[in-house]
Amino acid sequence: MAVKGTIIRVAGPLVVAEGMSGVQMYEMVEVGEERLVGEVNRIVGDKAYIQVYETTTGLKPGEPVYGTGGPLSVELGPGIIGKIYDGIQRPLDVIQKKTGSVFIRRGVKVPSISREVKWSFKPSGLRVGDKVSGGDILGEVAETPLITHRVLVPPDVHGVLRWIASEGEYTVEDTIAEVEVPGKGKVEVKLYHRWPVRKPRPILEKFEPVEPLITGLRIIDTMFPMAKGGTGAIPGPFGSGKTVTLQSLAKWSSAKVVIYIGCGERGNEMTEVLETFPELKDPWTGRPMMERTVLIANTSNMPVAAREASIYTGITIAEYYRDMGYDVLLVADSTSRWAEALREIAGRLEEMPAEEGYPSYLASRLAEFYSRAGRVRVPGRPERVGSVTVVGAVSPPGGDFTEPVTANTKRFIRVFWALDARLAYSRHYPAINWLMSYSAYVETVAKWWHENVNPKWREYRDIAYEILLREDELKDIVRLVGTEGLSEKDKLILEVARIIREAFLQQNAFDEVDAFATPQKQWKQLETIISFYQAALTAIEQGVMVRDIRSKLADKIRELVMARYNVPNDRLEALDKLKQELLASLEAIVKGEAAAAATAREEQAATA
Amino acid sequence: MAVAETRVIREYENIREIRGPLLVVEGISDAAYDEIVEVELPTGEKRRGRVLETAQGYSVVQIFEGTTGVSVVGSKVRFLARTLEVKVSDEMLGRVFNGLGDPIDGGPPITSGVWRDINGDPLNPAARAYPEDFIQTGVSAIDGMNTMVRGQKLPIFSGAGLPHNKLAVQIARQATVRGGEEFAVVFAAIGVMHDDALFFKKFFEETGAIKRAALFINLADEPASVRLITPRIALTLAEHLAFDLGMHVLVILTDMTNYAEALREISAAREEVPGRQGYPGYMYSDLASIYERAGRARGKKGSITQMPILSMPNDDITHPIPDLTGYITEGQIVLSRELHNRGIYPPINVLMSLSRLMKEGIGEGKTREDHANVSDQLYAAYSRAVELRSLAAIVGEESLSPVDRKYLRFGEAFENRFLRQDFYENRSIEETLDLAWEILSILPEEELFRIKDVYVKKYHPKYRKR
Repeated sequence: MAVKGTIIRVAGPLVVAEGMSGVQMYEMVEVGEERLVGEVNRIVGDKAYIQVYETTTGLKPGEPVYGTGGPLSVELGPGIIGKIYDGIQRPLDVIQKKTGSVFIRRGVKVPSISREVKWSFKPSGLRVGDKVSGGDILGEVAETPLITHRVLVPPDVHGVLRWIASEGEYTVEDTIAEVEVPGKGKVEVKLYHRWPVRKPRPILEKFEPVEPLITGLRIIDTMFPMAKGGTGAIPGPFGSGKTVTLQSLAKWSSAKVVIYIGCGERGNEMTEVLETFPELKDPWTGRPMMERTVLIANTSNMPVAAREASIYTGITIAEYYRDMGYDVLLVADSTSRWAEALREIAGRLEEMPAEEGYPSYLASRLAEFYSRAGRVRVPGRPERVGSVTVVGAVSPPGGDFTEPVTANTKRFIRVFWALDARLAYSRHYPAINWLMSYSAYVETVAKWWHENVNPKWREYRDIAYEILLREDELKDIVRLVGTEGLSEKDKLILEVARIIREAFLQQNAFDEVDAFATPQKQWKQLETIISFYQAALTAIEQGVMVRDIRSKLADKIRELVMARYNVPNDRLEALDKLKQELLASLEAIVKGEAAAAATAREEQAATA
Repeated sequence: MAVAETRVIREYENIREIRGPLLVVEGISDAAYDEIVEVELPTGEKRRGRVLETAQGYSVVQIFEGTTGVSVVGSKVRFLARTLEVKVSDEMLGRVFNGLGDPIDGGPPITSGVWRDINGDPLNPAARAYPEDFIQTGVSAIDGMNTMVRGQKLPIFSGAGLPHNKLAVQIARQATVRGGEEFAVVFAAIGVMHDDALFFKKFFEETGAIKRAALFINLADEPASVRLITPRIALTLAEHLAFDLGMHVLVILTDMTNYAEALREISAAREEVPGRQGYPGYMYSDLASIYERAGRARGKKGSITQMPILSMPNDDITHPIPDLTGYITEGQIVLSRELHNRGIYPPINVLMSLSRLMKEGIGEGKTREDHANVSDQLYAAYSRAVELRSLAAIVGEESLSPVDRKYLRFGEAFENRFLRQDFYENRSIEETLDLAWEILSILPEEELFRIKDVYVKKYHPKYRKR
């Protein structure tokens, strides 16, 4: 069945082999004496064009190519969580131990999930003779203290359960069930199965994303929320904080499982995740974050073909955990590097280039990728709903958002967090530009906020947003006439907008208290600011000057701004107190003003 | 690899085509990808090259020294049955080499050492150790606001005529780790002019730093193909020193713009589909294969800190070379022509500069507890000052509020006292931070939004005097 051919040409990661008739498109092949991993991506007659996932240095015509009979696949089973893989699911930590080198040598073969580890399997109660089909829960394995791994009947197996293992310790290679499949006979089910990365796993139905994916980042949750099962992109020039923002999402979001793909990015960033996540506590469960995280690291200096595959490897693993009924967040840093890998391979295949050298199918590949997100009903009993939320970083050349990857990505995502170099220059982080960003989920997640946090959420959010928009208009005027020429109301807008920026939109990802704000804290902060604004507006109508508010309340305003550092999530009453003090001080100013005015009138009357 | 080494040297004489630096050799069917080739001209002159593409019946070879004078008649092409390797050892410290790694200082050839493929292997992300050891460069704008750490890759983005060489030399001279040893320096000059090469050579010789430095020099009038080799040889040596011998190595690569130009030249000769501005679509991956060869590894004592220098064409930071570099490196130090013209040295545009690894290298036990807050505050205040300065230019200073006018004073002090320093002035981190507090005290205390109250009470000059 498996094909064997001969190399006739090598150019970088592209190898052409002849004698390959019978090979399938996208079949995984082993190239050369060292059996480097590759994938067929064009067939002409008996010639196959192969993209090789490892460096091809030293490879020469005449060396053999072996077919494997199947497409590029990943192994899905317990033992994935907490791992670091390369783009084709080779465990990098195991490779290091096996080779004893700090460098990645090619041609190393290790299984993706450990064959030695024994998992404690608990059957679900299905009985021999029951009809089972893909997705049915056969039992459970405690993969990490955070993740109960639900052992599913593989998607393509439908039949009658003939045998199921009793509770006990099993490796992933042990058979835990046998299913009689009509026409195929007995199929052995193990704790793991293989699935081709380029094929989406089946679903029954897609739903509208309605529940917010809480991230603890105020500008995201309150201003441009993400929903479970939604899609989003973070574009930005270098240095604008894409990676820090993505890492914050991976750290704090309310997902059950997080897949972090480092696609053509820096090695140290993956190391940082590896070193910090085991020590960081998940705010939702109090457990180390690594117990819910999978890392796919195909850094910029690792082979480019595997970079192209890494995105698919990641999303397939995400779908697998979704099928268990979990909410999964996948972050990909960066989809631009993935697109560049597509471009590089297309170039080697001498395909006709479209815009900026990218292949013409760039848009359809992006669409396919983002379409694998969603909140869905998955096959199998008991009935379950799971979700995959996809957030991709985009690295536009020169920060130009009109370039093909950014422009095409915008068509397939619903949340756009535009990063702004100018905000980053003044160390306003996260440097998400509130004028260019948007979220299609504000409407849909409002219900959740109103039911779970406060019914005034939407109203106050919109007031804050309008203040920011108005500030932007006023800035143009200030450039012409200076601040002193503005009306008192407009001066107040500038002052409050500044407070919103400093106290609310900015967030320090590295401060223990500030890094994560619960929805309740976000709401209290917003409420305090907006209440202050409304009371100040009333005060101004009664003749109080903004200058006086600013100087008399300087301490309190500083306290409001510093609340993000000083008020932990479990001490929110401090914000209530601050709000009362702010309102009381404003009232005092108004009274003082009125009294002063009255005195002035009396004096006038007296002199008259 | 084992396969290549067992094979023999093959010789061919049928050159089908010569195009730019490329030869197409016919008749060969077993050339290995990336195999090293020697071309012997009818005159007896020998040149080196490597296989860019291999197929049954032909092979495309790139000649490092250029194809000038190569003829299809009488030239012999030998395939040497090995990939491009270089012999590296600590004997190379104190020596000067050309761009292909041959000694040019009149000294003896390098005898001991190990052969290494110049392309190296990628560092396993699972084996890396996160950089976190603070490097004191003695330059306030860097130490205070864009702190460098050991194992970082931090480029200098410069422009023609700006003092990037001077700054690089000052950093190479002053860089120390607290309580740590000196750096070994591996210096690669890529396509530089004679005077630039001389400037560095003179510096290394005069300060005695040459003893712990290895210099690789490829001049502007040498063939472009060599430029693709020079940084890789330098980094292969650096990896040997750091990960085999446990040394801390500072690698300076100048000028990466010349490297990228050479890459474009070769790509055009190969008639590849161009990406932005004619640069090849794989330039990002190619640059990454150089810049990513920096860092620390678990269980290894040594480290590689990289400081590439590049000149931004027309001072344009969105040009593909600085742009792609910035996406790979861990921050950037950007030089400003405006500050330079105003006579400020070092003319570092702090707002555009960034050190991504700073947060791990600073704070209590490393620099000082208030460092992160002070740095944030300097950024926020200086960016406000710059904004107000342009506003004041239109509406006049008198239309600004009294607080805003204080920001303008702060901006001036920042540039003239904090940023500006002498070429020989080596400030300790404490001096840098105290200086920062001094200029921050120009602003009203309530404006210090980015600094926690405890630090204000502890370090603000107003409270310290008491």
